[in-house]
Amino acid sequence: MSARTEPKIIQYFLIFIALAFFGLFIVLPLVCVFHNALAKGWGIYFKTLQDRDAIAAMKMTVVTALIAVPLNLIFGVVASWAIAKFDFKGKNFLLTLIDLPLSVSPVIAGLIFILLFGAQGLLGPWLIAHNIRIIFAMPAVILVTIFVTFPIVARELIPIMKSQGNEEEEAAMTLGASGWKTFWLVSVPNIRWGILYGIILCNARAMGEFGAVSVVSGHIRGLTNTLPLHVEILYNEYQSTAAFAAASILALLAIFTLIAKSIVEVAVRRGI
Amino acid sequence: MHEPFVKKSILPGFSLSLGFTIFYLSLIVLIPLSMLFLKTSSLSFKGFIDVIMDPRTLAAYRLSFGTAFVSAGINAVFGFIVAWVLVRYTFPGKRIVDALVDFPLALPTAVAGIALTELYTPTGWVGQYLNVWGIKGAFSPFGITIALTFIGLPFVVRTIQPVLEDLDPQIEEAAASLGANRWQTLTTVILPIIFPALLAGVTLALARAIGEYGSVIFIAGNMPMKTEIAPLLIMTKLEQYDYAGATAIAIGMLLISFLLLAMANFFQWKTSKNLGKA
Repeated sequence: MSARTEPKIIQYFLIFIALAFFGLFIVLPLVCVFHNALAKGWGIYFKTLQDRDAIAAMKMTVVTALIAVPLNLIFGVVASWAIAKFDFKGKNFLLTLIDLPLSVSPVIAGLIFILLFGAQGLLGPWLIAHNIRIIFAMPAVILVTIFVTFPIVARELIPIMKSQGNEEEEAAMTLGASGWKTFWLVSVPNIRWGILYGIILCNARAMGEFGAVSVVSGHIRGLTNTLPLHVEILYNEYQSTAAFAAASILALLAIFTLIAKSIVEVAVRRGI
Repeated sequence: MHEPFVKKSILPGFSLSLGFTIFYLSLIVLIPLSMLFLKTSSLSFKGFIDVIMDPRTLAAYRLSFGTAFVSAGINAVFGFIVAWVLVRYTFPGKRIVDALVDFPLALPTAVAGIALTELYTPTGWVGQYLNVWGIKGAFSPFGITIALTFIGLPFVVRTIQPVLEDLDPQIEEAAASLGANRWQTLTTVILPIIFPALLAGVTLALARAIGEYGSVIFIAGNMPMKTEIAPLLIMTKLEQYDYAGATAIAIGMLLISFLLLAMANFFQWKTSKNLGKA
């Protein structure tokens, strides 16, 4: 026995505790989702997923992610260029501000957009006068999703860009490449795995967000319901099987996210 | 001589990229968030205090912060064990367990909420055994703590893990050669080194748990004064179009959270200072 290991019996005991805790808190809920989704068989499972409201909710979720993720991706790349490649005053303060959405409760995230665009909100009267609907409509759902996923890509890219330093870009510039060419041919390829990683994490959160979306959506079936909200409505109506069937799609998304994440991590470690 | 705002670099695009960053940040985050303070300033101080000190609000705060603390404590212990086992030992399926640690972050909170509720109802897979012991699983503060523990686990494991991996083997060998047993090495050598990371992870879990909504509302039962969390109370006020009340409760929550974060930062600063002295 070396100085850094415990007796085998203690190792087994600790592994047992870790796995038991893990099984109870992580594996059991996962199994529970699929068990309940398939409680009435595969036929019912696929039928509930083809329900009109379910399909509308899935579409809504995909559209929301398709708008929120690219916008936050562009922001993440641009912000990491400014923050990682240059030294300027107030950089740490800027980083703190960028992280803000992660420390705000999802319900508060929804609340601030109600205060801004709601009927009694700051811009409410103007919006009503011009017949523009934001709250309890698609724009609000997309806006809060952008808010809650705001820092995710930037947080992944900034440390990667920083660790790569400026030498390669400076070499390209000295050899006569333009700024844009340097950015596209040197910087972007260097952070491609970080970009993919950021997209995976951002997409998972965008598709799964519940609290913030719940505040601003108004739960209008077929119109503003995302898949997580659809799950809530079905569950509160005691349609357990249908609720878990919809939930199983989101659970599959989570599993897919973890697998994609692991593949990217392996690729980065191997230095591809 | 004034220091320049930005250090000279031959790379282009600084003003453009920083300008866009600040513009987008203001549009999406800063302007909406400033609404909280704008709305509060329209509230009189007495009005603010009345909402905050209302027995129902106080009960919600107590519940939210209390359950968040207990779950963070549970995660401090078990998260440490999980991280330790993942870093130090080998066992079949270790890579899968490692990947699944992030599952609570990847799983939409509503799904976690209904799955945990189903497990902990009196007839559920876990709830029926709790029932035998007279413990109410779902629809009680116990259930809320379970949901918050689920949500917080990855924060604790993922902040301790890298520190454990980087731990210099020589430190433990030195402790052993000086006659310390494993337990002494753990409590007097390893724990003090990873304590700042543990505290950081617990603080992250705590911050997340205080604001958590989706995974909690299904399992909570949502009885006013008993199992109503603060974020739900904000939601209820909004549904009654009481924007000012909702904002006051939100500001109260944020103030307490920032106080906690400041305290955690202070402890972290203090422990790192003590370590530097040693």
